[in-house]
Amino acid sequence: MALLQISEPGQTPDPHQRRVAVGIDLGTTHSLVAAVRHGVAECLPDEQGRNILPSVVRYLPPGSRPARQVGYDALAAQVDDPANTISSVKRLMGRSLADIQAQGVAARLPYAVTEGEGGVVVRTVAGDKTPVEISADILATLRQRAEDTFDSDLYGAVITVPAYFDDAQRQATKDAARLAGVEVLRLLNEPTAAAIAYGLDNAAEGLYLVYDLGGGTFDVSLLRLTRGVFEVVATGGDSALGGDDYDRALADWALQQVCAGAQTADLDARARATLLARARQAKEALSHSGSSPVTLQVPLPDGDVTVPLDAAQFEAITRELTQRTLTVVRRVLRDARVSTTDVQGVVLVGGSTRMPVVRDAVTQLFGRAPLTNLNPDEVVAIGAAIQANQLAGNDPSGELLLLDVIPLSLGIETMGGLVERIVPRNTPIPTARAQDFTTYRDGQTAMAIHVVQGERDRVQDCRSLARFELRGIPPMAAGAARIRVTFTIDADGLLHVSAREQTTGVEARVDVKPSYGLTDEQVTRMLQEGFATAEEDMRQRALIEARVEAERMLMATRSALAADGDLLTAEERAAIDALMQALERARAGDDAAAIDSATQALAKGTEAFAAARMNRSIAQALAGRAVDQL
Amino acid sequence: MSEAALLHDDDFALFGLPRRFELEPAQIEQRWKALQQHAHPDRHAHAGAAAQRVAMQWSVRINEAYQRLRDPLRRAAYWCELHGQPVQADSNTAMPPAFLLQQMQWREALDEARDQADLQRLLHEVQAERAARLAELTDAIDRRHDPAAAARHVRALMFIERFLDTLHERLDP
Repeated sequence: MALLQISEPGQTPDPHQRRVAVGIDLGTTHSLVAAVRHGVAECLPDEQGRNILPSVVRYLPPGSRPARQVGYDALAAQVDDPANTISSVKRLMGRSLADIQAQGVAARLPYAVTEGEGGVVVRTVAGDKTPVEISADILATLRQRAEDTFDSDLYGAVITVPAYFDDAQRQATKDAARLAGVEVLRLLNEPTAAAIAYGLDNAAEGLYLVYDLGGGTFDVSLLRLTRGVFEVVATGGDSALGGDDYDRALADWALQQVCAGAQTADLDARARATLLARARQAKEALSHSGSSPVTLQVPLPDGDVTVPLDAAQFEAITRELTQRTLTVVRRVLRDARVSTTDVQGVVLVGGSTRMPVVRDAVTQLFGRAPLTNLNPDEVVAIGAAIQANQLAGNDPSGELLLLDVIPLSLGIETMGGLVERIVPRNTPIPTARAQDFTTYRDGQTAMAIHVVQGERDRVQDCRSLARFELRGIPPMAAGAARIRVTFTIDADGLLHVSAREQTTGVEARVDVKPSYGLTDEQVTRMLQEGFATAEEDMRQRALIEARVEAERMLMATRSALAADGDLLTAEERAAIDALMQALERARAGDDAAAIDSATQALAKGTEAFAAARMNRSIAQALAGRAVDQL
Repeated sequence: MSEAALLHDDDFALFGLPRRFELEPAQIEQRWKALQQHAHPDRHAHAGAAAQRVAMQWSVRINEAYQRLRDPLRRAAYWCELHGQPVQADSNTAMPPAFLLQQMQWREALDEARDQADLQRLLHEVQAERAARLAELTDAIDRRHDPAAAARHVRALMFIERFLDTLHERLDP
């Protein structure tokens, strides 16, 4: 691994030094990492020149070296060792065993799953693995690839998620990044990333629909593109529909052809994996063969049986799946109150959109051919890389601004198991909503708030997100306390909760119990276990991180002072200078905690200055508009 | 150092728009994007923690104002509130008898509708009523500056919108 560059105390690193920021498409069947190099966003290949990393992790028995295989090596072992080779882990992210059983996913997995502490876990020869840990192994491989490519530590990454992902699934993705040592600059919706890639390359304006059929998920986003602003007008999708389902439909059909009444589920794990792999090959061959038929070998105990397949048969076998995608498209258009003719263009994303059956169906629905000039496998990672480059500050002239919406409504449980909606879906984020509660017993000092996500009226039909326990409410008579709970959804679409008793001003403590996924303590524990063998490493890392953060803060403050220092009185300026000097002194030492607290002191001491700067900036925005109107 | 006074302005002032009901949707949207171009957290992703917190606060405030201004009914209700006549949609459901009678007739017509043609006829009738109400609401706010009358029209239009939602579900399940 490349060494971090640390400048001498008092010296600042070259402010024009580029930060290595990448876009990561963490997909169901495969993942990619991309970065802007020499002004162009491109995927980073591995040592063999391959851009794609199959999202497959194989765990080996304890004591093995290496302990795991990730990518093509794991994929190659899938048929021989299906029980320890984990694919499609994305379907398990932020999910409980009951969820994936209800979706019919569990029965079709070639490996064993069970219910763990924070949701479903996979039983492997190396012990139980959470989906977060498995995803972290994939992310760590991509991080390594990026660091090797640039011979430098990674500054941060934009990681893409399906627009339809709920809070638990987004949080699980962020936890996986943390575990892999990747700083998340932003979680970005996949279709939006695709539009960024297309928008900048083609300077498109107007309403665009992104149709993203990946291996395991289907997403539709309707976006409005105007001069560098990407606004998500509406989203929809199905987190359990993708190219894998086409493979399975084809495998089921082929098995029926040679053995009426047989089910793919009746086959042993090995035969099932072989049949699915061959169905996939046949599907891909058909996408390239045009009208000529292909063949599929069905593995039976007494040998392979050949089944011929042509385009018309394939269309009939998968028609129901394609129709399901079109139903989602129509619903999104209806949500946005627009018709197919209002849409300027359709962008196809995901390897599964190479299938002619999909392209034809989309063309027919919209009466025009979709955009396909970028590689559908790479377009999401490319868009994420462009966004990462901008968020890292490498492109200060960039006008790109992404305005996003919350994909699913957020509500809280009220009396009788009903849901009170607090943030409706498609609300622009970040957003906040305050709600007042009171106590119902004398002297009550705690209360629980159950937050759910979904569009239905009853709690049981929505998805449980988390239970927030408010503690430290000052004891008062029943009904006298007025507790204002503020639900904030940040730009990543993640929920934060804070609470304050209004009459006394006392801040309540909020404990989060996620319904699915890991608590903060669990993630911290996993991180510590990872570093357990190298106590010194962890101390070193904390010191390096503290210094980087201090440097970041000092640089930001210096450039703010240079731009808007005239907003400060002499005393205010002197106070900020003193805080900066204190931080410089702390940074020269070896005490990570002292550096952190000096950084926080500077952050707090510049809050009023930051507010005044923003006020000036907004006033200028309004003044600029007044000039426009003249 | 000046106080962040703009943050506590009303929505119209924050967006630099006149306090009226009739506003161009395109203008509201353009103003929203111009403000977010300065305030959004992504614009401050590599700045200090203080700047990021301020950006979050501003971005949330701008989105809140945008949500209220872009929806005509919410905009009208907000105008009523600014002029001392909160709409109180939850507690104040007292409506004129003629209006309630019309509502009941519509509900019956919806229950008895047998085909798309019946539903379409009903849809046209409700949409005509909605257009007439909106004209009266515009008159109450932009010409007569009558918050009490405006609040009554807003309440009636909320009933109509809810009925239209039900009707649309029947038309296009």
